[in-house]
Amino acid sequence: MMDDEQELTCQELVELVTEYLEGTLSPEDRVRFEAHLVTCPGCRTYLEQMRQTIELLGRITEEMIPERAKAELLHAFRTWKRG
Amino acid sequence: MAGSAPLDPSSPAASEDDRRLVEALRAGDEGAFTELLERYHTALVRLAMIYVADRAVAEEVAQETWLGVLQGIDRFEGRASLKTWIFHILLNCARTRRHREARSIPFSAFWNPASEPDEPAVEPERFLPGDHPTWPHHWNAFPEPWSGLEDRLVARETYTYIRQVIEALPLHQREVITLRDIEGWTPSEVCAALGVSEANQRVLLHRARSRVRRALEQYLREQ
Repeated sequence: MMDDEQELTCQELVELVTEYLEGTLSPEDRVRFEAHLVTCPGCRTYLEQMRQTIELLGRITEEMIPERAKAELLHAFRTWKRG
Repeated sequence: MAGSAPLDPSSPAASEDDRRLVEALRAGDEGAFTELLERYHTALVRLAMIYVADRAVAEEVAQETWLGVLQGIDRFEGRASLKTWIFHILLNCARTRRHREARSIPFSAFWNPASEPDEPAVEPERFLPGDHPTWPHHWNAFPEPWSGLEDRLVARETYTYIRQVIEALPLHQREVITLRDIEGWTPSEVCAALGVSEANQRVLLHRARSRVRRALEQYLREQ
């Protein structure tokens, strides 16, 4: 996919972040990705922001089923059971 | 129950937990149904919201889904997990509803990244030009760390803002990021539910996450 000789640029790295986090990068690209991170504080920050974004999305919602909806559905369940 | 489809024992998708719930449901066990309601109902409503916009209609779609689950449980063979099967019914109900409301529904299965304009994760002007003598395509200025994020995130407005950002995403990006990052589904569960390839799922996730990060960066800068 990429030239082995060449180092990753920041602009290339930001496009590979999801594959990196998903664990789908080839072993060679993973090494280049991590090598870039060692020397680049900007990309370390960027990766951290992506992790923070994902974590935040995971915390958006912890709702309970409303009691009324639950009651209606259990009523439907009893009707179904009889039928 | 007579006439029920047997659960395929060789299917890896049918877990012990699925087997227990399906058998209990078929036997008319209200506890099993309550367990499923508590586990999935709010997620069903949230997912329906992608298609129908209105919360009351989304609730109706979720209720319709549960009726579909009860009507179909005898035919459930365990080829997919119970969860995938339930959400598959929801997607059908939600898309039918959306269709009835005369909005077009292109399915993710037909989504092709090659037919869409490129969407860079970060604005190109944030990087130095390609002819820069020492640092071509490197950061023009480093992104600023989001310090003190925890404190700001407890604020309800931040979550409201993120929800608005998600609502504004293109449909397929919204489907994938909702299932993956909000509902915590695995990539294969998302691919099965949406009928999208692993690679396209990843492209959609990448674009969606990148957009949310950008929006969050802007939001935190303005605070």
